[in-house]
Amino acid sequence: MTRPRLATVWLDGCSGCHMSFLDLDERLIEIGERADLVYSPLVDVKAYPAGVDVCLVEGAVASEEDLTKIRVIRERTRVLVSFGDCAVTSNVPGMRNSIGVGPLLERAYLDNATLNQQVPSEVVPKLLPKAMPVHAVVDVDVFLPGCPPSADLIYAALDDLLAGRRPDLSRRARFGS
Amino acid sequence: MTTVHTLTIDGAEVAAADGQTVLEVAREHGIDIPTLCHLEGLSDVGACRLCLVEVGGSGKLVAACVTRVEEGMEVTAHSELLAEHRRTIVEMLFLERNHICSVCVANNHCKLQDIAQDLGVDHLDLPAVNPDVGVDASHALFAVDHNRCIMCTRCVRVCDEIEGAHTWDVMGRGLAARVVTDLGTPWGTSPTCTSCGKCVQVCPTGALFEKGRSVAEGAKHRRPFLPHLRLIRDEGPRS
Repeated sequence: MTRPRLATVWLDGCSGCHMSFLDLDERLIEIGERADLVYSPLVDVKAYPAGVDVCLVEGAVASEEDLTKIRVIRERTRVLVSFGDCAVTSNVPGMRNSIGVGPLLERAYLDNATLNQQVPSEVVPKLLPKAMPVHAVVDVDVFLPGCPPSADLIYAALDDLLAGRRPDLSRRARFGS
Repeated sequence: MTTVHTLTIDGAEVAAADGQTVLEVAREHGIDIPTLCHLEGLSDVGACRLCLVEVGGSGKLVAACVTRVEEGMEVTAHSELLAEHRRTIVEMLFLERNHICSVCVANNHCKLQDIAQDLGVDHLDLPAVNPDVGVDASHALFAVDHNRCIMCTRCVRVCDEIEGAHTWDVMGRGLAARVVTDLGTPWGTSPTCTSCGKCVQVCPTGALFEKGRSVAEGAKHRRPFLPHLRLIRDEGPRS
């Protein structure tokens, strides 16, 4: 039997969920033995591969790049996990939603800048009107809220997912904390 | 002599005194019904709707906190449908304002956060309102962050019924409703507020808080080392 193919992705988040993932500590070795990590900020693979069994998605969908990425991810992934509060609720990236992109960028790059006042338009992806939770854009199979979800909770989820079970974390996981 | 009524809650036969609410009787008998706006010692208004129960076979939903017991009443406090309604209510409470638990002054000390977890609300399906609501930090000791308010009106009731000041009230209707101080004037200029802080204590979320407790302010007030700097510089390193 081939090992399940695991991926982790980082959209509009702070990487805190991935830090919490690293807090699995010695359990990472076990996860590494049970699954192939085929795509992640932690490994040097450039393109999201096909045939991924489980993907943890950290971060909100906030830019056109995020939108393109998450659609590809959904298409190539069997079980998509909304990983952490930014992915689940849009959380801190969503705090800009009541302000609007125009006024937001003006405030950050014009009002508060003393040198080279300009809204960046090259290289950086264009922001969407609102930072959205992942399930507002594509279907999500498992929700793992928390800012960040604890390493124990991540382990509990992965333990089930890598064994082909659907985890029920709803009463163990909470927003924030 | 008090009249005693017999009724059933989730099939269990219970006795209740005349005038008691369904919520009171349920809790007396260890039947847990979630609430946010109810607080022991304050009047009940049925604002949060979380304590919705079904009475009789009618399918009619009533708030247990404001429904008096009646003889022969058949109350359903727990069913899959009620659980679904309660989850939807919690969702709406989250989405009507901007609740960002991770950076909230009440993170881990919040009834809304607790209840979401208890009821298994692990994501929000309805669209977010993302209203542009403000913060009034004009009071010397306290602040109100409308982003975190769930309109439970505990603050309004404690201020009126216990402190007797009635500084707080509600202005506007529906999504536009807000708790206000003195007809919508800045809290800091209130001639009626006694600065007793009861509103802050009864607030179940991070809407009302003591200044100096927010994420951004937190560390700034705890710098016990600073007074020693001068001393250390004057005395120099110990030989």
